[in-house]
Amino acid sequence: MIRSHVMICGGSGCTASGSKALQEAMEKELVAKDLQDEVKVVQTGCFGLCELGPIMVVYPGDVFYSRVTVDDIPEIVEEHLLKGRIVERLVHEDEVLKEQVTSLNDTSFYQVQKRVALKNCGLIDPESIDEYLAMDGYVALQKVLQEMTPDDVIQVMLDSGLRGRGGAGFPTGLKWKFAKGYDAPQKFVCCNADEGDPGAFMDRSILEGDPHVVLEAMTIAGYAIGANQGYIYVRAEYPIAVQRLKIALDQAHEYGLLGKNIMESGFDFDIDIRLGAGAFVCGEETALMTSIEGNRGEPRPRPPFPAEKGLFQSPSILNNVETWANIPQIIINGPEWFAAMGTEKSKGTKVFALGGKIKHTGLVEIPMGTTLRTVIEEVGGGIPNGKKFKAAQTGGPSGGCIPASHIDVQMDYEHLAEIGSIMGSGGLIVMDEDNCMVDIAKFFLKFTVDESCGKCTPCRIGTRRMLEILDRITEGKGTLEDIDKLEELAYYIKENALCGLGQTAPNPVLSTIRFFRDEYIAHIQDKKCPAGVCTALLSYVIDKEKCIGCTMCQRNCPADAISVTDYVAEGHKKPSLAIDTDKCIKCGACMNNCKFGAISKQ
Amino acid sequence: MKSLEELARIREQTKAKIALREKEGAVRVVVGMATCGIAAGARPVLSTFVEEVNGSGIGDKVSVEQTGCIGICQYEPVVEIFDGDEKTTYVKMTADKAKRVVAEHLVKGNVVTEYTIGAAKV
Repeated sequence: MIRSHVMICGGSGCTASGSKALQEAMEKELVAKDLQDEVKVVQTGCFGLCELGPIMVVYPGDVFYSRVTVDDIPEIVEEHLLKGRIVERLVHEDEVLKEQVTSLNDTSFYQVQKRVALKNCGLIDPESIDEYLAMDGYVALQKVLQEMTPDDVIQVMLDSGLRGRGGAGFPTGLKWKFAKGYDAPQKFVCCNADEGDPGAFMDRSILEGDPHVVLEAMTIAGYAIGANQGYIYVRAEYPIAVQRLKIALDQAHEYGLLGKNIMESGFDFDIDIRLGAGAFVCGEETALMTSIEGNRGEPRPRPPFPAEKGLFQSPSILNNVETWANIPQIIINGPEWFAAMGTEKSKGTKVFALGGKIKHTGLVEIPMGTTLRTVIEEVGGGIPNGKKFKAAQTGGPSGGCIPASHIDVQMDYEHLAEIGSIMGSGGLIVMDEDNCMVDIAKFFLKFTVDESCGKCTPCRIGTRRMLEILDRITEGKGTLEDIDKLEELAYYIKENALCGLGQTAPNPVLSTIRFFRDEYIAHIQDKKCPAGVCTALLSYVIDKEKCIGCTMCQRNCPADAISVTDYVAEGHKKPSLAIDTDKCIKCGACMNNCKFGAISKQ
Repeated sequence: MKSLEELARIREQTKAKIALREKEGAVRVVVGMATCGIAAGARPVLSTFVEEVNGSGIGDKVSVEQTGCIGICQYEPVVEIFDGDEKTTYVKMTADKAKRVVAEHLVKGNVVTEYTIGAAKV
């Protein structure tokens, strides 16, 4: 009889930090201690605290161990699983609460969170349909098929106020209503799992941790709009997600939850997976559908919108993974339950992938309208190394930055748009005083230049011209007119690009100019990078009074740019060294190796 | 292809299996599993509790846990039952006694006084 469950995170983050080996070691150790019939090891989805991985949670008691290694396994088995004593040294030290926290739910990271889309992630085995069923899985589908008409379902979606979580925030119910309104022999339901924003990984985590929720929600949508075929467009770079989706599809077929006559209702629905090659533009709805059709992933003009003529010229809907993950619970708990969370126009919760200069890198789900301050200081645990918060980027390369002066902004569609950023798919990159905002704008713009599909001129050429201007500025060759030119180009591209990629590509530049114009000016007029990032504007200098002549820097210089001078400082025995700035490649190796603090960048 | 009844059955069975993952405010049965407890026979007591609790259909309300040395080694195996503010301490437990505690105390709500530490001291 099983008396204890050991949950080991099998998300991509923890898999990368070695959770697979951990699971094998645990299973072996349990056999060695003859506990294999009492303790069950469960591979589960993402807990969200990826930075502390690999993560292990032991039930009963909900005891949370972080950064577990294979060497810790015998102690956990002997002490905790056999003798019931918690291994204190592996328990997470909560930096916000300043105490050891044994239960995951009591950590400052979890306390503010409200898990709806991530409800089952970390709690169930994603490769077991039985465990999904036990968490009220496929109850919503049964309710829809047995008790509701397609119009009822659409009305519930409208009443809930659910809006698209992929970034644009279009009301989901409305999208479904349009698609239902078109009469056609064939309609399609698509799932956008082509998550491409740098730093965003919520869709991957849902697919890895709770794949059935997407299948169930898509089937519900199929019933609502009158479609009997669905496609999940997922990028091939997500091998664990693809694998678990395939397992889930097989299980759903076996249980009769996909295929013909689902739950004896007479309704047929099936889902296929289509793998994307990782082009960012394929996250745009028309490009995604073009790619599913087998063509090169390029967007096409709208209208006609996909609800009228989408995939294979048929009425189609496309929703993002996180949007799908909300739907079964809205059906079960009712639209009022969902609409009670969040703000007036932004209902429910939003998952953010917290990254950058933050202590708790990971996945957080918070009610809409939570302030950025709460996310950074309470959930995220603040900025590491005592640095100051400078800005946060939401919406990745399509979004904008939120400066420290707006840290109390509420995170919802309206308030973020007000300050020139967007919700986006939920990437949230935190920056501290060591980040140069011009460099950040350049980073995101470089991404969109690389990912532009090339079909329309404003995006293909316009973004490249903007990048060239930014390159000039960061090399100290910019002029003040360059800022005006950047803005002019940005507005032109926003108005004229064919699809969302181009229309939003200038956003990081516009918002950094808006909030950090002084940094642009410093690069142009003073030829200085205030954060010390742009290497062309930096030089490494040896303080000849502090240098004791140990030649450590010289030995570590890969460019042979450091030589001994004939100056001997007072009190020193050996001559000091100097850097030849013409030869210097500004790698920083000299400064990192100087034990006397004699080298600085200026 | 599973019928609706089969799906419902799978759902209920799996719920019972994973119930130990979410039990807030549940009655806690805590078995002392230090070296002294194990030597005195705490393991069959623990497994009997797990089996009987799940077998009696109260798996969603009762969680069976372990703890280390409680400090009264001469009375091991010791089992403590926490129900809200009430704590009952059973001593010198065996598998058979565990069965009765589940049936009487956990299912019906009557403390089995003769197995408690109070009775043992007399």
